[in-house]
Amino acid sequence: MRKYIILGLLLGILLGLTIWMTSLGSVGIFKMAPPMKVLSATVRHLQIVEAAELLAITIGIPIGFLSTRRACRFISPVLIGTANVGQTVPTLAFIGIAGAVLGMGYKAAVIALLVYAMLPIIRNTYAGIRSVDPALKAAVKEAARGMGMSMLQVTAKVEMRLAMPIILAGIRTSMVVNVGTAAIAGMIGSGGLGELIVTGIAVRVTQLILQGAAPTAALAIILDALIGGVETWVTPRGLKALKSAQWQQ
Amino acid sequence: MIKLKYVIKIYPDGTEAVKDFSLEIKKGELCIFLGPSGCGKTTSMKMINRLIPMTSGKIYIDGVDVMKLNPNELRRGIGYAIQNIGLFPHLTVEENITTVPMLKKWPKTRQRARAEELLKLVGMDPQTFLERYPSELSGGQQQRVGVARCLGADPPILLMDEPFGAIDPITRGKLQDEFLKIQSKIKKTIAFVTHDINEAIKMGDKIALMQEGKLVQFNDPATLLNSPKNEFVRNFVGADRVLKGLRLYRARDIMQEPPLKVKVGDNPVKVRDRMKRDMLKWSMLVDGQNHFLGWITYADLEKAKSLREIMVPPAVTTAPETLLNEAMSMMFNSAIGNLAVIDDQEHLLGVLTFDIIRNILGKENSGNQKRFGGSKQ
Amino acid sequence: MAVNLHAVLELPGLINKENIIEAQLMWILAWNYLLKYPDKILEWTLQHLYIILVANASAAVLGILIGIFISREGREQLADTVIYLASIMLTIPSLALYGILMGILSALTLPSIGFLPVVIALTLYGLLPIVRNTYTAIREVDPAIIEAGRGMGMSEQQILVKVKLPLAVPVIMAGLRQAIVMNIGIAAIGSYIGAGGLGQPIFRGIANYRVDLIIVGAVFVSLLAIIMDLIMGRVELITTPKGLRIRGRSND
Repeated sequence: MRKYIILGLLLGILLGLTIWMTSLGSVGIFKMAPPMKVLSATVRHLQIVEAAELLAITIGIPIGFLSTRRACRFISPVLIGTANVGQTVPTLAFIGIAGAVLGMGYKAAVIALLVYAMLPIIRNTYAGIRSVDPALKAAVKEAARGMGMSMLQVTAKVEMRLAMPIILAGIRTSMVVNVGTAAIAGMIGSGGLGELIVTGIAVRVTQLILQGAAPTAALAIILDALIGGVETWVTPRGLKALKSAQWQQ
Repeated sequence: MIKLKYVIKIYPDGTEAVKDFSLEIKKGELCIFLGPSGCGKTTSMKMINRLIPMTSGKIYIDGVDVMKLNPNELRRGIGYAIQNIGLFPHLTVEENITTVPMLKKWPKTRQRARAEELLKLVGMDPQTFLERYPSELSGGQQQRVGVARCLGADPPILLMDEPFGAIDPITRGKLQDEFLKIQSKIKKTIAFVTHDINEAIKMGDKIALMQEGKLVQFNDPATLLNSPKNEFVRNFVGADRVLKGLRLYRARDIMQEPPLKVKVGDNPVKVRDRMKRDMLKWSMLVDGQNHFLGWITYADLEKAKSLREIMVPPAVTTAPETLLNEAMSMMFNSAIGNLAVIDDQEHLLGVLTFDIIRNILGKENSGNQKRFGGSKQ
Repeated sequence: MAVNLHAVLELPGLINKENIIEAQLMWILAWNYLLKYPDKILEWTLQHLYIILVANASAAVLGILIGIFISREGREQLADTVIYLASIMLTIPSLALYGILMGILSALTLPSIGFLPVVIALTLYGLLPIVRNTYTAIREVDPAIIEAGRGMGMSEQQILVKVKLPLAVPVIMAGLRQAIVMNIGIAAIGSYIGAGGLGQPIFRGIANYRVDLIIVGAVFVSLLAIIMDLIMGRVELITTPKGLRIRGRSND
């Protein structure tokens, strides 16, 4: 309950700030972005994040899944190691290199975000599936095969379901990081809310900066809370009870 | 000496954990706080060193009201051992043992000497163990260090909360024996919490049996077993309370001289005549130094050329410290039904028979055995 | 990373042959820059390290103090709230937080660009892992150990200093490690508001289309993060009390 109040309060402040700044119209010789511009920047921001995230999920989960297979056990340490090290690489480095190699713009931004977002997803998929109790897995597989399911169907149904909370946590991390990275991508001309902030910083007008910064922060908080909600919803009830018990302890 | 007077504990949520509890533990006495879980035994004990504040009542240690003392100073003067041991994992065995001496700012050399002395006391080699960490010790060793730690600054009083609770039964029995041996040397005043009636009977000079926060019966173990005050005590002690009484004795307390001790070189015929005269079914064979060799039965003697060839070697023997209940189960394993009591060098000290035990049990029941002097049926 | 990036990009046919040749040229240019201006790179690196040091030192001090404060018995609700606030703080994108801080600082007539807003932002970001780890580590100390300490007459202060904190150190260090690695990346973005550091060549490169600058900055900031991660991993191990590092070897 307390958390919802804090969340609501924060979002209220951030959105209020956005509306207030937009309603200023102009500061000195600088015109504030009109409401439609703020809205379209937000949509653009979401587009970048969404495109990168969806691609990262469709590529990252199969890679993470495959690296848990026995046939891939030779590459998986390298793969997971790369994912781990890759996560320590700053986002700006990704954006910079993508901009340098692919040229500035939307495409470079999406690709940089995609690569960076894939890392936590690969890692968590791998860790999630590895954490499924092998005894349980064996028993369920036996039963499922008896019912005539193929091996692939079984793994998809059982292992993915049990690993889902951990995979979702990976998606949540990558999503939140992406919102921020997409803002930085504003510097390589991808558009989105980052552009408003960048413009503001360039001319050193606080109101302009806030007009971009406040909705960006709000967006990140909303997305984080949303996926957090899905996470609790997807966690099998047995696991949930365990989690809260540990917390109370 | 510890004295609790009309002690009451009511928790903020209204639970009355301890109701009007009065008790006196004499100097050098090991007093057991016994009862089912939730009976308030641990709470009572923890009020002595003020880990749990009492709601009302008075607790005196050597006549001083504990509430008048600084709680930390008070606790440094009272040894404290708990079920989960609670050794500090980041400190060495030595640092663990010298926790209280360190708090009392003893000089370093004295701390070291004390740690060595205590490790020896609990049967661990100082050279090997002083520098070890708790994670390098077995459960039993950890428990020993726990005991050594609570004796750190040589406090006159110990509080022990199921100190042997977390280990396997075999090691537990061994540690109990060792602790009793130590206690006979150091003579501390001890409040000892347990829910295990067997442990209580074995360890306690006095037992305070509690139920729902009240003291139900406060007696020595024999009286508790023989004269349960009410239904609750009778149930708690158990239907086998007569057998439990066996734990009050050790082999040396009731063993008897062998009815006939024969030497290796003795003439079989003479031995046979002697046994026939005394109507003995068996005798015990020893060598020149009184080392026990085995049993001689009357039936085998008839065609025997020497005693050695018909001797039945003992399947089991026992030490004088063995508790009677254990001795009795050994007797069921002995071919002859009797049990030889021997010392460390295998010298024959005496013998236990079912007859002797039956006598003891019988006396216990009738309540006129010497040890049970004051008790009533 | 660069090699992998190429591989990933080539697959969907996103770049053509010419682009690859161009990319190889970029690396050569970057190498030349490195040979020509090592002093500049060193300067940026030191600036970067200085910012990280100041910010994480303050985050560590503040975070550990807050962690200790909220770990006291009866402050569970407060702890919940504090950790939740810190975790929300972490979701706010760095560029947005810099922007908001610039707004606040200029309203307070303090320097709104450069070192100050970046250090404040990094401190705020660094708080969550440190507060959370300190709190969790202290709360997870075995209650039996604490009771033993209390029962032997340790004051609450002594229990904290002699028992809880030594046992919590490895977990706190893990939090600090997380904070440092994360902050190296965020500090790079701070170059945009004039704090200096290894972000500077990247932004300058983006603004002037100087690819060599971008690559030099990106590579060195990545190296810095990876090296600091390794160093902190080592520190984590060293600061773990010896008794916690040894496992098993029990003999009966």
